[in-house]
Amino acid sequence: MTDVILEVRDITKTFPGVKALDAVSFDIRPGEVHALVGENGAGKSTLMKTLAGLHQPDGGEILYMGKPITVAGPLEARQEGILLIHQELSLSPELSVAENIYLGAWPTNRFGVLKKRELRQNSAKALKALGCGFGPDVRVGTLSVAMQQMVEIARAEAFRANVVIFDEPTASLTDNEKDQLFQTIRNLKSKGVGIVYISHKMDEIFDITDRITVLRDGQVQGTVDTAGTDLNQITRMMIGRTLDNYFVKAKAEFGEEVLRVEGLSNKGLFRDVSFSVRQGEVLGLYGLVGAGRSEVVETIFGVRKADGGKLWWNGAEIPLPTPRQSIDMGMALVPESRKEQGLVLMMGGRENTSLPHLQLFSSGSIMDKKKELETYRKYQEALAIKTTGPDQAVSQLSGGNQQKFVLAKWLCANPKLIILDEPTRGIDVGSKSAIHELIAELAEKGLAVIVISSEMPEVLGVSHRVLTMSEGAVVAAFEGDGLTEENLIDAVSHQPASVAAE
Amino acid sequence: MTDATTTSSQSTSPFGSVIQWLLRNHIWVFLALTIVVFSLASPYFLTVKNMSNILTQGAFIGILAIGMTMVMIDGEIDLSVGAILALACALSIGLQPVIGSWPAVFVGLLSGAALGFVNGTLVALSGMHSFIVTLGALIGIRGLVFVYTGENALMVEDFAYTEIAEVYLGPLSLTAMLFIALALFFQWILSSTRHGRETYAVGDNIEAAHDAGINVKRHKIINFTLCGTLAAVCGILLSMRLGTAEPNAGKVWELWTIIAVVLGGTRLQGGYGSMWMTIGGVFTLAVLRNGLRLLNTPNYVELMVMGAVLILALVLDKALNHRGDH
Ligand SMILES: Nc1ncnc2c1ncn2[C@@H]1O[C@H](COP(=O)(O)OP(=O)(O)OP(=O)(O)O)[C@@H](O)[C@H]1O
Ligand SMILES: [Mg+2]
Repeated sequence: MTDVILEVRDITKTFPGVKALDAVSFDIRPGEVHALVGENGAGKSTLMKTLAGLHQPDGGEILYMGKPITVAGPLEARQEGILLIHQELSLSPELSVAENIYLGAWPTNRFGVLKKRELRQNSAKALKALGCGFGPDVRVGTLSVAMQQMVEIARAEAFRANVVIFDEPTASLTDNEKDQLFQTIRNLKSKGVGIVYISHKMDEIFDITDRITVLRDGQVQGTVDTAGTDLNQITRMMIGRTLDNYFVKAKAEFGEEVLRVEGLSNKGLFRDVSFSVRQGEVLGLYGLVGAGRSEVVETIFGVRKADGGKLWWNGAEIPLPTPRQSIDMGMALVPESRKEQGLVLMMGGRENTSLPHLQLFSSGSIMDKKKELETYRKYQEALAIKTTGPDQAVSQLSGGNQQKFVLAKWLCANPKLIILDEPTRGIDVGSKSAIHELIAELAEKGLAVIVISSEMPEVLGVSHRVLTMSEGAVVAAFEGDGLTEENLIDAVSHQPASVAAE
Repeated sequence: MTDATTTSSQSTSPFGSVIQWLLRNHIWVFLALTIVVFSLASPYFLTVKNMSNILTQGAFIGILAIGMTMVMIDGEIDLSVGAILALACALSIGLQPVIGSWPAVFVGLLSGAALGFVNGTLVALSGMHSFIVTLGALIGIRGLVFVYTGENALMVEDFAYTEIAEVYLGPLSLTAMLFIALALFFQWILSSTRHGRETYAVGDNIEAAHDAGINVKRHKIINFTLCGTLAAVCGILLSMRLGTAEPNAGKVWELWTIIAVVLGGTRLQGGYGSMWMTIGGVFTLAVLRNGLRLLNTPNYVELMVMGAVLILALVLDKALNHRGDH
């Protein structure tokens, strides 16, 4: 055994207008978890796609078990034992679990006829090895996100992978699911599998990884042992400066109440939620993933039907609105899963930013191109969005940079109330503070803002007032001096009284 | 939206699985219903002769629908099947005096395969939507048929040719038998071969299919070629049955075909469907057309009923399966 499974030497990859990878060298040892970090667009996904056969490098070489190889395509990569678990889950919802584990590589005879029994049995074995609670025949579309991820991980067992690459795996997992995922990663590790772990969540990086490699603008800034470094050093390597833990909070000057809900309930999701938010106020909703926060705002917006509750808008009681009515009233909801809700992939950032509110960018029916471009520039600079120009199709941008445009598109609107669900998910540490600044700017313009976040410093940093939710109920509210980490932790770790009473 | 933490409660009892099958293939319930209604409404409906007619009439659209189902599960559409049918029909009759019956049939078949291949290649390589590509093909190929036939119907000279299609097995005509055999064969392809899995995977999530190493372009070209070939088969059977090749043969059949497939429950956006559904859709459509005609319904009413049925079927499908929501 060599002590390196996979080694990349001086890999270069150029896309039109960008050098995504510039002489990158990198190696993976058996039984280690190797973090790959860097800003949005640094080249992390591109590097991993190159290893998985989805991109062909322009130069450099890949050594696998000490021998140079070319990874011709994703099938070849899997056959070799290199498995990429994608940033966006890569499954076919209509097919069964077994069919998805072997997607594109189903066992067949010479004539292309499926060996169904082998397919089922091997899949069942892989699922069992991972301790999955579902069988090979279930349709993937009926599984939760975490379970779908397990289906992708089951490919590691099925193909006896030596290298498994996780590209931002925890973006939409609950804390429990994350713990399970980490357990699975540790198991793989103990079997001698080499693991690459990409994430923007620094606490996870320090929790699970052994070494950290930092990429910046397609170049390796260095590889360090996790035990011998700290957050400051890593962020300095990533963005060239350290981050001060300084949050810009909007001035606390509140106007009229914009929204009030009382006794809002939705069976099985949350119950008896009451709160209000005023002009110029940033209200934080804190809780663990799965506490029902997203469901609450989706119900207010009208995406979900409420089972009960009252709603006041600008002081007048109105029936719970439909999404269309919500938009017309001046409510904007930026949901946590931004992919669906997202972008016109063939259009550039400029057009995507102005798309939902063309009336802001036109006089009569003539587009004000200059204003549109200025707005694009403002957000592109503020959020450090990496593009080759205002018209580069957003489909070509990195995952995080796409997210940034989704945010830009809603932040530049002029609603009365904006609801941001996990606004910094998938966004690099350097740009988070830019987003916080934009939130403060909105509030100071007189908008009411609701921010949902699972990140405590973020909630504490941007909000004037924080409601904590646990298991579908609001358990506490804090403001002013009460906004402390201890208070929030304390609040969410207690069973809500109304639930316990039932 | 409903997939929070639920795993579907797969019922394992035989009764449960029948119910499940019927929920997915509810078109068969609908088919049974229409048969009952027309049997009560017209004494001429439920006769062996009429059933045999329905089977044969349905089979023509049915053969087109098989190819269309493959293409539609891929998330594409082929509007050119009617025109390809007409060309194959014209070639297989027009070429007979020159090269003989069977070679002419073979050339007809080849023309369908070639045109399907061209459709597929254009769709796969240009990135244009198949709606546009095959709309162009529909117009172009129909034009070609008019040029070739000189705008007249071509007549068969060797009447033995028209007897080929006169083989019957009980009430089943050759066309009907061929349709059923092809449908079963393609159902087997869908459910039991690599190509079949690819079809669902490509239509369901094309990025995932691509990332998994499936050659999406080649795959789509194959399915368009199959679709074109089946359209040619249909055209040749029509030429045998009629003994003539009209330049307008198969006009708007692509629409009937799409209606039959969608009626069956195959999803327009791709990723979901089966030949069982398509067989059900094809015969439901055939029964409706036949039944309405037996009742002497005026043509425009027939069209209105068909339109209403189609929309009803789509609403029902959404209500029963909740599959439209991703
Ligand atoms: N198919 C493509 N065509 C053109 N440019 C591309 C393509 N894929 C990636 N790029 C560019 O390559 C660079 C690196 O992108 P990559 O997806 O590797 O970033 P990343 O580090 O994974 O970022 P994130 O954290 O946002 O996921 C970006 O500037 C991106 O715009
Ligand atoms: Mg990425």
